[in-house]
Amino acid sequence: MKLTSHDPSKDLQRYNDLTRMNHWAIVFLYFGAGLSGLAFLHPSLFFLSNLFGGGPWSRILHPYMGLLMALLFVGMYVELWRDNLLVKVDIEWLKKANEMFAGNKENMPAIGKYNAGQKIVFWLMAGSLLTLVATGILFWQAWFPHLPIILRRIGVVLHSSAAVLLILTVTTHIYAAIWVKGTTRAMTEGKVSRGWAKANHPLWYEEVTGQDDSVK
Amino acid sequence: MSSLQSLDIAKRSATTTPSPDVRNFVPEVAKLIDVSACIGCKACQVACMEWNDIRPEVGTCDGTYANPTDLGPSAWTVMRYSEVEVKRDVNNAQEESTLEWLIRKDGCMHCDDPGCLKSCPSPGAIVKYANGIVDFISEHCIGCGYCVTGCPFDVPRISEKDNKSYKCTLCSDRVGVGLEPACVKACPTGAIHFGTKVDMHEYASTRITDLKERGYAQAGVYDPQGVGGTHVMYVLQHADQPGLYHGLPTNPKISPLVTLWKGVAKPLAVGAIIGAAVVSFFHYMKVGPIKEKEED
Repeated sequence: MKLTSHDPSKDLQRYNDLTRMNHWAIVFLYFGAGLSGLAFLHPSLFFLSNLFGGGPWSRILHPYMGLLMALLFVGMYVELWRDNLLVKVDIEWLKKANEMFAGNKENMPAIGKYNAGQKIVFWLMAGSLLTLVATGILFWQAWFPHLPIILRRIGVVLHSSAAVLLILTVTTHIYAAIWVKGTTRAMTEGKVSRGWAKANHPLWYEEVTGQDDSVK
Repeated sequence: MSSLQSLDIAKRSATTTPSPDVRNFVPEVAKLIDVSACIGCKACQVACMEWNDIRPEVGTCDGTYANPTDLGPSAWTVMRYSEVEVKRDVNNAQEESTLEWLIRKDGCMHCDDPGCLKSCPSPGAIVKYANGIVDFISEHCIGCGYCVTGCPFDVPRISEKDNKSYKCTLCSDRVGVGLEPACVKACPTGAIHFGTKVDMHEYASTRITDLKERGYAQAGVYDPQGVGGTHVMYVLQHADQPGLYHGLPTNPKISPLVTLWKGVAKPLAVGAIIGAAVVSFFHYMKVGPIKEKEED
């Protein structure tokens, strides 16, 4: 066996089973709530309501899918919020983010379980989901039909803004996972290779392996 | 109501291309409600229920003659009764306070720029015919309540039974075959008129002259331009204070929040979402993936 080959038995556990199942449930609900919601945002996207059995069914299902997505995200939030607090090195990372986007990973400062970009994604997701639930209630016709009209108006503007923000954030999130090879395995199998960890999250690598490979 | 082929469609909800518009010479119609000639008998309400075959449930009394007390999915027009004290000019600038009982027939105003239609996400669920009538095409209604959000007059009502939105159709089915709306036909005092909008303005001006002669210096027609004018207009004794008439808005217009939401924000949002996907794709093709380093 070559020294450089990948040894699956040495893979590192990044997410446990429950986190992964929760993540994928959120993914399905995101697409459900997202696509049904987009149908109401722009006429060119109204055809998406056909995916859910037509306009009335989209209108009925959308809030429940959205609410369930936000509830499941609470589990994600409780587990991960501490790891996503911004620390000093994140500022440094952000200053060099341009290099990262240009494909130069070498000069990036060593970071832990999440880099600043991932942390920002996390907080944008949490913030926009909270906004979506809070403002969605304001015009949920089935349950809250008699709220003042001004609240509905504020609600629809904030709800669509938060929705677009969430979609842009998730697009970034998905793209990053495709762009940085070896990442998706963290969510499909729960494991990442040591090479991946060392290259992308060196401090986390040290933390879980107990080794400081930077001197090697 | 359902879409009438005899009427051409000038605007259609959630539709970005023009609607059939070849018969665009159709004159705009209007209903003129002369508040000063209304005695509040509710014959119009009865006629509306009868023609449209709708029956609101027996409700409660709110201390006025209003019955039912509000517009509803099966109450498309409601008489509103306001007791107000009004200062009136009598004998050359001598002001005198008088009690007035103002009765207004409330219902859809059939805006030329309808906030309900602007907000509606379902293609063709709300249409504005070439003659100016704004109609809900109920079978396309999805029950989201956006029309309620968009309406500057708080008119549409969603049924809790079938989750469809309802309001006055201006008897589009009758008008389509050359009849006047049921309420107009039933009014015993001639307080409700119907015709082309031009004719209604002409008639209103004779009424206003008359009212001014009788001491209502501020008499005028209510055809608010903030919503592009309406196809239901009022002759008001106190046109300077529409609020006296059960809170008729002084300068109604589509809320800036609604304009933002269904105006600028809508295409920007779609553009941003498509943009993010396009930028991601080309970023990958330009920079290439960050490859996984293999390890010992």
